[in-house]
Amino acid sequence: MLPTPCTSHVSFDTIYEPSEDSYLFLDTLSSESESTWLSNRFNSTPTTAPANNTQSTSTSPLVVEVGTGSGVVLGFVAANSQLIFGRRDILALGTDVNRNACLATRETAVKAVREQQTPASESVPTAKTPYIASIMSDLCTPLRPGSVDVLLFNPPYVPSEEAPRLPTVTEQEDKKDLSRSAKFEQDSYFLSLTYAGGVDGMETTDRLLEAIPGILDPVRGVAYVLLCKQNRPEEVKDRIRGWGNGWKAETVGNSGKQAGWEKLVIVRVWRSE
Amino acid sequence: MKVVTANFMTCAVKGCKASPASFPLHFHDAELELQELDFQAEFIQNIIRRLDWDGLQVIVNELGFPGIPDTKPEGDTLNDEQILRDLHRLLLETQVMEGKLKCGNCGHEYTIKEGIANFLLPSHLV
Repeated sequence: MLPTPCTSHVSFDTIYEPSEDSYLFLDTLSSESESTWLSNRFNSTPTTAPANNTQSTSTSPLVVEVGTGSGVVLGFVAANSQLIFGRRDILALGTDVNRNACLATRETAVKAVREQQTPASESVPTAKTPYIASIMSDLCTPLRPGSVDVLLFNPPYVPSEEAPRLPTVTEQEDKKDLSRSAKFEQDSYFLSLTYAGGVDGMETTDRLLEAIPGILDPVRGVAYVLLCKQNRPEEVKDRIRGWGNGWKAETVGNSGKQAGWEKLVIVRVWRSE
Repeated sequence: MKVVTANFMTCAVKGCKASPASFPLHFHDAELELQELDFQAEFIQNIIRRLDWDGLQVIVNELGFPGIPDTKPEGDTLNDEQILRDLHRLLLETQVMEGKLKCGNCGHEYTIKEGIANFLLPSHLV
């Protein structure tokens, strides 16, 4: 079993605490079937190429997690990049609307990589997977079209009356003089952003799905999105297949059945001819 | 935020995406910090090969770094260890801790604080 990144530095007042859905992400991406699929897709050293021919190696994949929370998923992926992608030179980037989550993720990822990628011998330094940035943003709006190779999304998927509003640009400045009740209210609001998904729990996920064809690399891009049964995963997959242009959607991980239903599933979204 | 990140960022305003002026975003008042990382030639080569070189040159000038090669290293230049080490330092070891990123199309400025860039938008731009 691969170690779960340490998140003991994270305050869960406003950040989602790693739970069953987070762990399903870790298990799915590091499963033999998925890591084999990803390693093939992002193969860094084709066996037919001469060892010194760098042009035959594929370029470093940009791996983006949207809504990182504590950073447990992205930290795990970065620290285990060799196992999951068959290479260490991935570029890991995380986004979240919550500034505290951005700070937490950076620490989680840097620590996880340092702990798991320390070279066995001092004389052969092997470069570590770089965590390049945490960015505060609504989903992946500031990322360049076509730039993302691997997109990971564990959304706010719980059905709720409405999806909470997005934080405004300045409301996360330091507010040390908040009363206890005001702080409680603010913390509850930020926590609601981590789980409340509006109608069918799909309001935020639908916006992310809409962005996928534009944001993913047109050739090798792939997205992993977690859904719960109230999100109606079969309908979501059919909708993605309806995009045409070779778009595919398959369930590649699930949390086991409950009364015949899979409670949580992870869907892989990608294009192939 | 490592300098390489700027190669993947554009303005968060929807209407700016189609404009070539929205990439790269322009650094202002940047405060940099160096954080050493192990160097491996093949690693940085694979990163260089995916970059938008023109975009990188613009921000290298704005950050006040000595020039990088005029064209993206390939062939022999991509095996030049000094060039690779310089780019490793610039792209992966240099972090932008404070400053602003400005869109060349709409003029909106995004603030970078403690290394975290804030791309949330004021309500009139959403």
